[in-house]
Amino acid sequence: MRLIFEKGAFGRRGFKIPKKDVPIDAKFPQKYKRVKEPDLPQVSELDVVRHYTNLSRMNFSVDTNFYPLGSCTMKYNPKFTEKIAALPGFTDVHPLLPQLGGGGILTQGSLEVIYKTEEFLSEITGMSGFTMQPLAGAHGELTGAMIIASFHKFNGNRRKYIIVPDSSHGTNPASAAIAGYEVIVIPTDENGCMDIDKFKEKLTQDVAGVMLTCPNTLGLFNSSIKEIADLAHSVGALMYYDGANLNAIIGKSRPGDIGFDIVHLNLHKTFSTPHGGGGPGSGPVGVNEELLKFLPIPRIAKRVDGTFALDYSYKDSIGYIAPFYGNFSVILKAYAYMVYLGKSGLIDVAEKAVLNANYCRVLLKKYFEVPYGRICMHEFVLSASKQKENGVSALDIAKYLIDNGVHPPTIYFPLSVVEAMMIEPTETESKKTLDNFVELMIEAAKLAQDSPSTLHDAPKNMPVGRLDETKAARDLNLRWHSKKE
Amino acid sequence: MNVKDNQFYTNEHEWVSIEGSKARIGITDYAQHSLGDITFIELPEIGKKIEQFKQFATVESVKAASDVYAPLTGIVVEVNATLVNQPELLNSSPYEEGWFAVIEIDNIEESNKLMDASAYKKYIEEIAH
Repeated sequence: MRLIFEKGAFGRRGFKIPKKDVPIDAKFPQKYKRVKEPDLPQVSELDVVRHYTNLSRMNFSVDTNFYPLGSCTMKYNPKFTEKIAALPGFTDVHPLLPQLGGGGILTQGSLEVIYKTEEFLSEITGMSGFTMQPLAGAHGELTGAMIIASFHKFNGNRRKYIIVPDSSHGTNPASAAIAGYEVIVIPTDENGCMDIDKFKEKLTQDVAGVMLTCPNTLGLFNSSIKEIADLAHSVGALMYYDGANLNAIIGKSRPGDIGFDIVHLNLHKTFSTPHGGGGPGSGPVGVNEELLKFLPIPRIAKRVDGTFALDYSYKDSIGYIAPFYGNFSVILKAYAYMVYLGKSGLIDVAEKAVLNANYCRVLLKKYFEVPYGRICMHEFVLSASKQKENGVSALDIAKYLIDNGVHPPTIYFPLSVVEAMMIEPTETESKKTLDNFVELMIEAAKLAQDSPSTLHDAPKNMPVGRLDETKAARDLNLRWHSKKE
Repeated sequence: MNVKDNQFYTNEHEWVSIEGSKARIGITDYAQHSLGDITFIELPEIGKKIEQFKQFATVESVKAASDVYAPLTGIVVEVNATLVNQPELLNSSPYEEGWFAVIEIDNIEESNKLMDASAYKKYIEEIAH
């Protein structure tokens, strides 16, 4: 497909800028003035509409295709939440309004949504309070790590390390490092969970916190979790729960009851708000009673008369971590989702997510290596190691799936599994969709035996064939240059 | 998988070749193989002190980004600048042109914690099964 720059014709316009009818101060410093005309596409409105509509049709999305991208939880985003988030009563509120004199009373609805979402999440996770401010999961992790740091500083006891198992969510080590900690990575044992002996070895008075993803990235629930929490607490370290995989246990088990002190959730995973192609995420952070005072300001307070207000009176707070109150429309969508599903609906989410993953796992274990074969939670990891013996890699299988209308699973992650394929069907898929996926995977396993070259040549039905990923990474060419240059 | 004699290995797949008071460091053929096509390498600065089994460099491939750990403690005296511009050298020649850095060895006794070539050979055979 041609770029929009290569479409259109010289002088073609989709928009006419009206003549200015107000005097403009022309004393704009010369050095800031453009010397050359900007090289913009010269296209009509219809050119633009066709270009982007066609681009969007080439896209893979959960609205068009099955999308079992493990770890990411690409579940369907119900459309009614969009409708609610578009209500003018919410979209027309200026974020500064509740901070202005008399503005609080005009923003009660929005403040109540944030307050109630915090309440819901506290109930679901067993925590004492939440901040809705973090703008993405990793931002939530950083907020959590900063709370860990504030807690130890408050107790006059700065610590040096954060422990992260290698089966944790991929962003954990980076978040801990950005917060100023040195990261100790603990390997996975033969059961697919953190090696508890190695953990004990590394756990000292210098460890500030332990970041765990449970169920972990292999889709496995760590049954020693209580023991790990007790060990960590015995040396004064805090337990951090990465809620990336809460989808699997929502309504079944609460991190707060297991012994976690800090929790972050990904609203775009568990509560089905969109994964906006790098767009707005939301990573609220919950804490236990003792850590409430460190949460970012402003917090939302409920007054005795039942009205809501911004509360800045937390002197030990870690301060501001986001402009205003987080991605409000995302919070609103998650709130609507929770109200709509209710308690029984949310429990059903966890049950179906786990059932769907295990259904696929059991049907596929004859054909692929399953490194940790026990009952999984919401996702499972296969290895293409058997297929690799015939020269077929996880990447080849991924490309074959794309060709057949299925988004590939996450491949080559977690790193602890060779030729890993991480599959997360999510709860919203029907048995028919799952059966179709399983059939395709079995077909791929057969082709790996009988005709490896078919897989090497995939994809064939896509707008582009097999791309040279190495060249793309080594030899970046991100800018279009017109022929005149 | 190629394992070169007369040098030491770590279980994170780094190699180290002792050259008098200095040591040359890189990652093994097994490591480059499992990483796939290398696209980016970040090396330490000259003069930096690196510590045994602590991270000192980063390697990115089309599959993943991985930390590289120092096989011995020492001060970095030389880095392979060519490798930064031609990361593919790590795939084609992990033991020769694909070296990472040369360090001034702090304590040669630390090499007791490393594997020799035959032990490393056995080690990678074991993890393959």
